[in-house]
Formats: sequence, C-alpha cells, structure tokens
Amino acid sequence: MLDYDIIVVGGGHAGCEAALAAARMGATVLLLTLGWESIADMPCNPSLGGPGKAQIIREIDALGGEMARNIDDAYLQIRLLNTGKGPAVHSLRAQADKDAYQARMREILDAEENLAVEVSHVEEILVSREGQVRGVETREGKVYLAPTVILATGTYLGGRVFIGDVSYSSGPHGQPASTGLTKILRNLRLELARFKTGTSPRIARASINFRNTKQQPGHILPFGFSFETHGTRGDQVLCYLTYTTRKTHDIIKANLSKAPLYTGAITGRGPRYCPSIETKVMEFPDRERHQVFLEPETRAGEIVYLGGLSTSLPLDTQREIVHSVPGLEDAEIVRPGYAIEYDCLVPTEISPWLEVKKVPGLFTAGQINGTSGYEEAASQGLMAGINAVLKLRGREPFVLGRSEAYIGVLIDDLVTKGTKEPYRMMTSRVEYRLTLRQDNADLRLTDKGFALGLVPEERYEMFSKRRRQIQDELARLKTTIVPGDAATTRHLEEIGTMPVQSQTSLGDLLSRPEVSYQSLAAIDKDRVKLPEDVTLVVEIELKYAGYIRKQMSQIERTQRLETRRIPRSIEYSLIHGLSREAREKLTAVDPRSLGQAARISGVTPADIVALVAYLETGSHRRKQDSGDADGI
Amino acid sequence: MSKDRETIAAISTPLGEGAIGIVRVSGSLAFAIANKVFRDPSGQRQRELKPWGVRYGSIVDCETGEHVDEALAVAMPAPHSFTREDVVEFSCHGGVAVLTRVLETVIKCGARLAEPGEFTKRAFLAGRIDLSQAEAVIDVIRAKTDSARRLALANLRGELSTRVGRIRDNVLVLLAHIEASIDFPDEDIGVLEVKDMTERAQESVSELNELVRTGMSSRVYRDGVSVVLAGRPNVGKSSLFNALVGKMRAIVTDIPGTTRDVIDDWTTIKGVPIRLVDTAGMRKTRDLIEKLGVEAANQQAEEADLVVAVIDGSRPICDEDRDMLLQVMDKSGVVAVNKCDLESEVEEGSLIPHAGDKRILRMSAKTGEGINELEQALADLAVAEITGACENPVMANLRQLEALENAMRSMEESAHALSNSVSPDLAAIDMYEALFWLDQITGRSASEDLMEKIFSEFCIGK
Repeated sequence: MLDYDIIVVGGGHAGCEAALAAARMGATVLLLTLGWESIADMPCNPSLGGPGKAQIIREIDALGGEMARNIDDAYLQIRLLNTGKGPAVHSLRAQADKDAYQARMREILDAEENLAVEVSHVEEILVSREGQVRGVETREGKVYLAPTVILATGTYLGGRVFIGDVSYSSGPHGQPASTGLTKILRNLRLELARFKTGTSPRIARASINFRNTKQQPGHILPFGFSFETHGTRGDQVLCYLTYTTRKTHDIIKANLSKAPLYTGAITGRGPRYCPSIETKVMEFPDRERHQVFLEPETRAGEIVYLGGLSTSLPLDTQREIVHSVPGLEDAEIVRPGYAIEYDCLVPTEISPWLEVKKVPGLFTAGQINGTSGYEEAASQGLMAGINAVLKLRGREPFVLGRSEAYIGVLIDDLVTKGTKEPYRMMTSRVEYRLTLRQDNADLRLTDKGFALGLVPEERYEMFSKRRRQIQDELARLKTTIVPGDAATTRHLEEIGTMPVQSQTSLGDLLSRPEVSYQSLAAIDKDRVKLPEDVTLVVEIELKYAGYIRKQMSQIERTQRLETRRIPRSIEYSLIHGLSREAREKLTAVDPRSLGQAARISGVTPADIVALVAYLETGSHRRKQDSGDADGI
Repeated sequence: MSKDRETIAAISTPLGEGAIGIVRVSGSLAFAIANKVFRDPSGQRQRELKPWGVRYGSIVDCETGEHVDEALAVAMPAPHSFTREDVVEFSCHGGVAVLTRVLETVIKCGARLAEPGEFTKRAFLAGRIDLSQAEAVIDVIRAKTDSARRLALANLRGELSTRVGRIRDNVLVLLAHIEASIDFPDEDIGVLEVKDMTERAQESVSELNELVRTGMSSRVYRDGVSVVLAGRPNVGKSSLFNALVGKMRAIVTDIPGTTRDVIDDWTTIKGVPIRLVDTAGMRKTRDLIEKLGVEAANQQAEEADLVVAVIDGSRPICDEDRDMLLQVMDKSGVVAVNKCDLESEVEEGSLIPHAGDKRILRMSAKTGEGINELEQALADLAVAEITGACENPVMANLRQLEALENAMRSMEESAHALSNSVSPDLAAIDMYEALFWLDQITGRSASEDLMEKIFSEFCIGK
C-alpha cells in the first residue's frame, strides 16, 4: 500500500499549483517543503505578470489554477501595460504584497482536503529496478512511497550564492541548498545544466528620499487577473522610478575586478533579458542612465526592492552604487543583491507532459526545467499535477498546442529546443498571439479545465454565461444594420468617422480604427448593458477581425504538420536519408508530431522530407525487404 | 513494395541530341536487372558487372533474346551514387528509337519508368544534395542559354539566398524592435519610431520588388525572349519567319491571309534563344477562321517581349500599316521594311513618326539582304530585354517568384498598416507572414506543400 498517489517536492509556485491541481482532481497528495516560509515565496521581484506572463496567469486561472486568485487577493498595485499597442499584448502586472501572497497560499494548501504538507528535506528519489519512480527519502531517512513524484525544487538544486568574492552553498533567501538531489539526477543518467540568476539589493523604506524620484501609481481597471475578479482594489500603493547616474557607472567600472560575473567565478549561464547592472553598464557603454524601480515588498513592511539593480558586487560596492542613485543617497541596504547558480535539467530530457523520459512516474516543473519566473513555474506545476493524475488513471496526457496557449508554447519550446539560458516567456515567442490574448484565455481553456475536473461547476456556469453573452453580442452587432437617418449621420461625424453606405452593420463600423464600442452607444438602440470584460472581447474580435483571420490561416497552414503523429515505436537509426545530427536530435527529443520534429534545431527541411517519405510509404517494414536484390 | 523503394529507370540524356544516350537505372534491383539484360558483345553469355568498372557488351531483350543495342555499362553500388542507391548506367547509341527500346527492355525486367525529377528527389531524400541545390539542378538542366546556366550555378552557390537573407535580416531587425517594445514596455530601450519602422518596411518592399523584377527577367534568360512578327497580310511575315528560323515552316503563298493561326518556333539568333511567333496578318476580315487568327495575332503582339513590325516596302503605307504600328507603338522591337529587292515606295521619313523607339531596317526575306542586320538588332534587343535595368540578376523559378511576391505583398500590408497608425504588434503579423515566405525560398522552414511543389518541378532523367 502506497502512502500517496503523488509526492510534490518543493513548495514554490510550481509545487503549489502541482499539489493543488492533483488534489483537486482527486489524487492524494503530499507536498514536501523546506519550510513554511518558502511556500509561494518571491525571492526576486515582488511582482507578477507583464507581457507574456499575464497571459500565462490568465491561462492558469482558466484551467482552474490558483495563481490569479491569489495575486488578486494580495496585490499592492496593479497596472495594465502596453495599452498603446494592440489588444494581443495588453498585459496586467501587479506588485505583490509578498507576505500576504504567501499567507493566502498557505491557507489554500491547508484547506485542500486531499493534500498534506510536511516540512522535510528530500535527499533521495526512490526508483524501482525497472526504472519506475517509487517515492522519496528524506535527510532523516524517512521514506514516502508514491507511484508519481513531481520535482519542483527551484533554484535550490546545488544552489550557490555569490556576493563579491564571497560564495557559499545556499538556496535563495538564505534557505539551505539541496545538494543530494543533483547527485541523484546524475545517477539517473539525466543531463544537467548550470544556470545563473541574480537579484537586487533591498533597502529600508524610511531611508529613501522620495522627492528625488518619480511616482508610479496603479490603474483602476474593470478586471483583475482572475476571471472571477471584476475590478481593482481602491487601496493601491505607489511605486517609484529613479535612474542610475554617470557616477553609478564609474563605480561599477572601477570595481569590475570584484564582480564574480567578470572574474570567472560564475560559470552558469544567466538570462539575457534580465542582466545585472554591471552587465548593462559594460555592454551598453553609451547609455547615460538605467532605470531603477522602487517596489515595496509588502504593504506594512519596511523593505523596498530595487528593480533593475540586480548585482553580485561586494556589499560595500553595492552600498556605493545605491548611494549614487537620486533618491537613494542615504538608503540603507537591508539585504544585499546576489547571484545564484543552480543545477537544472536539460529540458529535452522531459516529455511534452513534463514526465522525465528516462524515469517513468517522475515529473518536473519550474526552474528545474530551465525556466525563470514565477508564472512560468506555476504553469508547469499545474500541467505536471494534471499529467501525474492522468498517468495514474491511465489516461492520455494533457498537452496544449502552440496555437492554444502560451503554456503550450512554453513547454513545447523547452522539450523541443531545450534552452541555453533561463527561459522566460515573452510574447515574441508566441506565433499566434493575436488569438492567444489575456482577455480570451477563459474562452480558450475553461472547457478543458472543466473536463479535467479542475474548474468547479459554479465557475463553469459563470464562464458559460460570459461566453454566451460574447457570442450573442457579436452576432447582434454583425447583423444590426446602421440606420441612414440624419441623426445617425450626425453622430458618426461627431465621433470622427465617415457616414455609412447602405447595409453597413454595427460590426462593420467597429472595424474602423476610430470607432469604439462605447462611441456607438448613442446609435445602438437595442444595446443592453453588458459587463466590460464581455464588451472588451467583442470589440477586439470585431475590430481586429482582419488580422485574426490572417492568424487563423497561418495556424491552419501549420496544422497538417502538427497533427501528423509520429509513432512512438519509430527508430530513427533505420530511416534512410536522415543526417546524423538529425538522427541524434530526433532520438533525444522523441517528437510527437512532424510539426514538433521540424522545430528541433539541427533538423532540416530535408530531414523532414525524409521523415515524411518514411512515414508515408509505411516503410517501417522496409527492413525486411531490403538486401534481397543487392547481389551483383 | 512502396513507391520510393521501386527500382526506376529513365533516359537521362536529352532526346534527339548527341551520338550517345544514357539509360539510368536506380534502386535495389538495378544490378539484378543489369544481369538480365547485359550480355557479352556476342550476346551469348551473361556479362558480370564490376563496381566502377566500365564494361562493353550488348543489351538483349530478356524475353525474346533479341539484340537491342551495343552499350557500355557502369555499375555504381550504394551509397556511392547520385541517388545513394545501386545505380547502373547504360551508354547506348543516341537515337530516340534505340534508347526507347533499351528503356523498354529494362522496364520489362522489373524497373518502372521514373517520374519527372525522381532521381533528383531520391538524391535529395538520401541527403546527397540539399534543397537549394536540388532546385538549382532543375534550373541547370532547363537553362537554355549560357547566361541562364551561369545564374543557376550562382544559385547553387547561394546568390538568391544571400539576397533574400539580407531582406530577411532587415525584417528581423524591424520585428526585433517591435517585439522588444512589447516585451519590455517600461524600459527605455530606444525602439525605432513608427515613422522609421514604416520607412524600413517600405525599403524591404522595394528590395523585394527589385528581386521579383530581376527574378522575372531571369525567366527570360531561362525561357528565352519571344519575338512576334506583326503586319498586315502578305507583307512577307512568313518569309521573314522562315528566313530567321531557317526552315520552311510557315506556308508561303501569294494569297493574303494564308497564315490563319499563330505559328511559333524556337530558334537561336546570335546565341540568344528566341521564340519566334508568326501571326495571321492584322486586317479586318469577314472570314471567321481568319478573324480568330487575327485576334490571336493581336494577343500575341500584346504578350511578346519584342515585335518585328513588317511593312511591304514595295507599296505605299496604308491605314492598316499605320493601325498596326500604332498598336505596337509602346513595344520594343524593329520596323522591318521588307521586299527591298523591289522598287521602294516607302520613305523612311514618313515611317519615323509611327515607329516609336523602333529602328527602321530595310531587308528582303527573298534575297536575304538585310537579314543579318535584323538578326543583330533582335539579338541586341533581346540581350537588353534580358538584362533589363537589373545589375545583379538572380535566377528565380516560379515557386520562388511566387514566394517573393507573397513576401512583398505582406511587407506592403505591414508598411500600409504602420503608416495608418495600426499598432506595430499587428503590423508584425504581416511581417511574420513575409518571413514565412522568405524562408520558403531559402528552405529554412519545412512544409509539405513546399516539398510537393518543388518535386513537381523536376524534369525527367536527372
């Protein structure tokens, strides 16, 4: 008799979503964490969302995950970014009260019926002789058995912190590192990589001269991250913006010999999109200043995070740097910035449903898979939790396509291409972002979440109502003909658009850039009051119909390759005409479809043609009939 | 057995030319087939083939034992052959009839006739050649002129890819700016202004336009220049046609309107391949068949690259002449004043206002006088037509041209959107579309359509 269905190792954003999803689907789950204080911790920026990430949070919400509701309950400030651009890239971002965020998540975990949380240091993954995962063993020698284990260990795996010439074994936030697990993964013959990330110094709020900085207020919006949220909080707090100075840059240049990034002490690869201040100054010598964001970590507390000032220079240099920034002349550093190196899996070791290919039953999620970011981690946790349960039930894995969700792009990128630096989601990675918007995440995914048993009945009804409202309103606008009377014409001129010819619908009018849903209210007599989140989707669908159509045809074009499955039994070594590199890569990645195969770097169109020829001609049977006529 | 595994055979040298023709057999049965059909010179005993050895012998019908031809045979065992399969090549006598008989014999013994391009397809699938090379192979085969061959060879080295690559880079830079502004909205990263983006997008449009234009003209290289003979009936168009083509092709009579439909033929004038088109005379007629011929003539004159406007020099210029000259006014070409062996009734001065930019040449198709000058003038014009204004022509086949045009259209749409204040992230959708098409040219992205399209282009025998 096994102790649990699923054991989740790690209580960060990935671990929490994994444990909750599995428990909500009815599995018995044990979550093992290094300490309650690391549950849903934000050891770097105390913020969630932003381009690419907001879409992921909305998708997590549509699939029945927790992150969106949790941040809606715990933010200090919320903003809608990219409003000057197209609707596809409008992105929410929130500053979190990180204490409140953690506290609520702990409560949610606590309240979940099928879920137990224990504080323990896992040192061993138990694997049967057949290579199937059996459970875990803690440092104290305690054994927990389960047929599936989800590793969500974050940057703790072989973690090493660097501050100037000081370096020591550690997880983030002074938590202990986990060294045993690295060895275990190696013993399982898994390929590992060493990545690096970094964080900024924290300073005391009372020591900031705010008058030398620029205020950044939050926004009042008709929605939040979760589709259950219908507005923003009134008690938002301010963030502040300031800039580095020439003096800052001089200090950095003078102290470069003490920077572990430049002395060669750090070998792990860091993310290009999130460089340390020393990297920014050295790589962009022409820039006279760099932004520094002052972000409070909690509502009541004293600690302020310095966004944009990530560094691993020695503490006294950090102090000099901080003091050279306007507003921070007298700032007191309460925690220095540092760089952290950690081990992670080469993600091509895992399948599109996040199971380690060489170890059935072992799933991985979050930073261990080479990603960076709370949202990226949470989404993988959710998918790993779902797929662990599906595996226990002998069901088909749940995999999202690149044309279905940001989460689909994220995981497909990881398992197909691998990553050479900590992987962060960006909208530019997403081919079909006009159809994968934050405003329609529920329309894309709620049905799936409901079918999985993750979206409760009540929530599904709410969703169905919204979907019906959107569909009805779209249909109404497309079929309502704009009257040609004088009053209408006058109104159209007033809102700065051309009068209509005959048979123009309200929908047609809305496709004009200068016309908004709101501005048509006066001539739209049959309009009923609808929630803003409904009219938002309606307006986008009509206004960008032309571009959406283009995108849909782009998606269709790729579907032939995407839907063409590659049999699991395929042996690439037997296929005539594949290059050696293609053979190796295809064998390692083991793609599910021709589309996925075509995305593997090093696999050329010629290789794909060879593969198509092989699959089409049913030549898996070739081996038998070859060699019969070779004699001369 | 699957289609791709069958042993295929084809005549792999041009039909009707050369003293020697080659029948190539590729596939697992190639050697077995050779053992059945290839005998010693006496035709009595089986002739063993040795890898890489050239053997002299005879080809014998494996059913009837009949002697088909004497031949040299070369065996190339897999994987050291063009297709990386077992290959046997029979060098036979070059006549069509003999080669066809050899091919039939080989097919009787178990090979099947290769589809167009199938050898190249197999070579490609075997990783022997890459995509752009495969396409260049087609072009080399199809090239009708030395210049075309040079261009196709340049393509093999990647001329087209290089230029497409430059445009692609430009689009990528634009996209990088757009994407950076989206993904890092509150960082002042110095993104291009929309106005500059629009300009850059328009630059790409003009570069693509240039490429399409030079690609178009490269088709002239490959396919030659079409020259239409225009003129009212009985001015001697058909005689000129015959003088240029060098054989009696058009029926020449004294009766006006003898040539009732369009006759065309390939010829080489001063080394330039030219499709010469003879037409029914352009005149008003009640004869229905002739009327159709006249319409076709007008159409031909419209579509041809060059025109030879033929005038009967022995008669005064009439309205029909003037109508015809007016109709071809904008076309580049020559005004040929024919029948200069007879007494001249045409003043050059009276022709000039009707000739447009065309040179006026006097000649006689009958005596051959002035024909050389006409040929020289046509060759010069054809070369000008071929090179056009393009300094660096590239070779583009139909598939590549279509992709270039699609890319250009998408970039136009993105530039249009940007100049109309559409958000750059939406204009980016068109830029990605353009990238898709550019990648189709360089073979960076795989799609089945692409493959199908490419392979249907291959010609038989190589």
